[in-house]
Amino acid sequence: MSDGTAAPVPVGETGVVDAGIDLDQIPPEERAGLPKPPENRFGTALVRIRDGSALITVLAVLLALVVGAVLIAVTDAGTQTAAVYFFARPSDTLGAAWNAVAGAYAALFQGGVYDYTTPTFFQGLQSLGHAIGFATPLIAAGLGIAVGFRSGVFNIGGQGQVLMGAAFAGYVGFTWNGPPVITMLVAVLFGMLGGGLLAGLVGVLKARTGANEVIVTIMLNYIVFYLLDYALQTPFLRAPGSNNPISPSENASAVFFPILPPEYKVNVGFLLVIGATLFCSWLLSRSSIGFKMRAVGENPRAARVAGIEVNRVIIAAMVVSGVLVGLAGVYQVLGTTTTGFTSGIDAGIGFNAITVTLLGRSRPWGVFGAGILFGVFQAGGYTMQAAQSVDINAVQIVQSVIVLFIAAPPLVRAIFRLPQPGARRKPAKRAKAVAA
Amino acid sequence: MTAVRAEPATTGAVAMQRPGLKVPIALGVFALLAVLLLALLAPAGTSTFSLSASGSGAVQLPQIPLHARTTGIVVSLLAVLMAIGSGLLVRAGRRVPLWYTVVFAVILVVGFLAWATAGHTLPVTGLLESALALSAPLIFGALGGVVSERVGVVNIAIEGQLLAGACVSAVVASITQNLVVGLIGALVAGVLVSFVLAAFSIKYVVNQVIVGVVLNVLVLGLTTFFYETVLVNASDTLNSPPRFANLPIPGLSLIPVVGPVLFDQSVITYLMYVAVVAVFVGLYRTRWGLRVRAVGEHPQAADTVGIDVGRTRFWNVALAGAIVGIGGAYFTLGSVGAFSQNMTSGAGYIALAAVIFGGWDPLRASLAGLLFGFASSLQNTLGILGSPVPSDVLLTLPYVVTIFAVAGLVGRVRGPAAAGRPYLKG
Repeated sequence: MSDGTAAPVPVGETGVVDAGIDLDQIPPEERAGLPKPPENRFGTALVRIRDGSALITVLAVLLALVVGAVLIAVTDAGTQTAAVYFFARPSDTLGAAWNAVAGAYAALFQGGVYDYTTPTFFQGLQSLGHAIGFATPLIAAGLGIAVGFRSGVFNIGGQGQVLMGAAFAGYVGFTWNGPPVITMLVAVLFGMLGGGLLAGLVGVLKARTGANEVIVTIMLNYIVFYLLDYALQTPFLRAPGSNNPISPSENASAVFFPILPPEYKVNVGFLLVIGATLFCSWLLSRSSIGFKMRAVGENPRAARVAGIEVNRVIIAAMVVSGVLVGLAGVYQVLGTTTTGFTSGIDAGIGFNAITVTLLGRSRPWGVFGAGILFGVFQAGGYTMQAAQSVDINAVQIVQSVIVLFIAAPPLVRAIFRLPQPGARRKPAKRAKAVAA
Repeated sequence: MTAVRAEPATTGAVAMQRPGLKVPIALGVFALLAVLLLALLAPAGTSTFSLSASGSGAVQLPQIPLHARTTGIVVSLLAVLMAIGSGLLVRAGRRVPLWYTVVFAVILVVGFLAWATAGHTLPVTGLLESALALSAPLIFGALGGVVSERVGVVNIAIEGQLLAGACVSAVVASITQNLVVGLIGALVAGVLVSFVLAAFSIKYVVNQVIVGVVLNVLVLGLTTFFYETVLVNASDTLNSPPRFANLPIPGLSLIPVVGPVLFDQSVITYLMYVAVVAVFVGLYRTRWGLRVRAVGEHPQAADTVGIDVGRTRFWNVALAGAIVGIGGAYFTLGSVGAFSQNMTSGAGYIALAAVIFGGWDPLRASLAGLLFGFASSLQNTLGILGSPVPSDVLLTLPYVVTIFAVAGLVGRVRGPAAAGRPYLKG
């Protein structure tokens, strides 16, 4: 984390909070003290690419795919059969392993990005549409967690806030059948209100009594889950005539309408999430409250000394965080499962969003990209499971290995024998980061 | 309660009105709830508290009938008196001791039980027995969390360590048909997860929360993948471990109530007793503990006197993993036997809550683990008996109480000063 004592951590590559300090942001007078870059512009560009975080991201994905490939090959039945006589004919084993891995990753690509077996280009792109469908709630919730991280609060209560968002929006959606777009917007607002209320409660508790937000959000996850389960067994939320704890179907006027032809499964929720990303981007880097949030996240004591009302900022950060996570819940009831929701409507989004946020390094557009990547994996994973009978959890393994590697750039550099970026540059960056 | 206000808050909040006033307020709220629920809304009927263990027991104890309404009135009166008493204590400038709060809680629980089981017979001994068993993984998890965080590495990965321990112990015990080897397997699995946590957070100075969260996801993915691809197809050879039988301790297990609850448990529970005492004594009374705490509180100072901070952290995080791993074996070898996917279902996060709830102290954290274990046991028992409250609402109770406790009683707890911060020499 970012305290003055920790020394040369490459900023922007490890921390959740200390993200995004770039060499370009250092004013020229301070940059003068830094080592002179090589004159050759092409060389400079190469060095930048080599030392930059984009390369690390690509290599981390590559490494994770290799880990996944090993898992797929080892557990493949054909490979296991051939491995019995490995020393007699090693080519059989290797061939079987290659077939298993290539088949699985081809299916992953077909299901998540572009299906090249379809007759037309646009039909092939439907896969990407499905991936966006999976990505949308992950991005929304990830943005919420990111706002929390940047403000120094660890919102682990995504599950509860998604459920609140889903329940609030779902309730409006199946009880009120108003004019088309307005009903939808009211439902969205209610859902975001639900998430915001729950997270706001955590913020108030933390600010007023100092209750640790990690423990309170975990507890609220359980409380909301059980209460929703209870409400789904009462006439309040349960569908009339149903014996199962499931709500009635959403009214058509509340459901997210598609923005592309229906077979792409991309609906207006994706636009809302793009809007949310723009909003977060503005909030964190352009707004006054966002500046305060980041100040509190970097160093609450310094922020207090600087005259920032730390308590208010914490509450505000939690509310914004909860509103965004609530949006993920809204998407789940109005965009994904519109035929009535159960207490399992969060589908693990609350926790997966934390990984998405970490992969996106708590930066709005980073979270957006990470969400899309996870969506691709998710959509492709189902195809992989159906077509190649590779268990979908392989995808989860690959995802978490990516995040692990991305979090440790020195490890990735060591594996690929890349030079570590110039040691002399770091103290200057560090000093700037502390001052900022 | 000594740690509550030892330092100005790190994330900042208004200064509290007066020290200690939060406890009386919290007790008052609970007393009020007791008056409302237990006294005014009491059901007619009598609850019978059965104290003897079914089957065994040298001494047959009488069954205690408790009239719901009378009990409710007595309990809520006591609660109100105790809340007022705590207020007077604070007025006199004294702190409310921990035992006072515990007694208060126990009285309320008795009242609640009489209220919820009116018209039924409540097997008290069985309830407590299963409470202790259910809290075993939570306590192991909490102890591992305490050790790891006291040495300065935040351990969110408790869930992953538990799950890895559960999975590996089931497979190892199935292959070898030997419970002890299975237990060692669980220990090794926990240590392996810890190695990743330690290597990433100490060598590569990655944010410890990140590593912890990601490790949980990774272990969940790995175990589920392994379960779906391998274990499901070979459940009779790889996933049918023997189970630990209850091992009554001769003599001690014959004591009424206490005997069956404490001394007629499986080996894992006995190991838990040992672990609690060992961590407590070790942390506060040995050179090892002093070093651990020094590294966790002030690594620079520890380094100055010649303690290798990185190495101390690495091996103690590994030790923490070993402790949690044994707790993971409870899920398989200690209860159902076979491994199933995501069978810890969030117990690690509850253990994490117990660590914070217990203020990073091994004894208090264990008590917190016991509280959660009791809650799940109570829920099972009431689910069988049938109670006036829907079971889903009852299920929220321990979590609501925890939030109250954290906000009111514990408040701004102070963790080890250097937890979560990487230490870099120079």
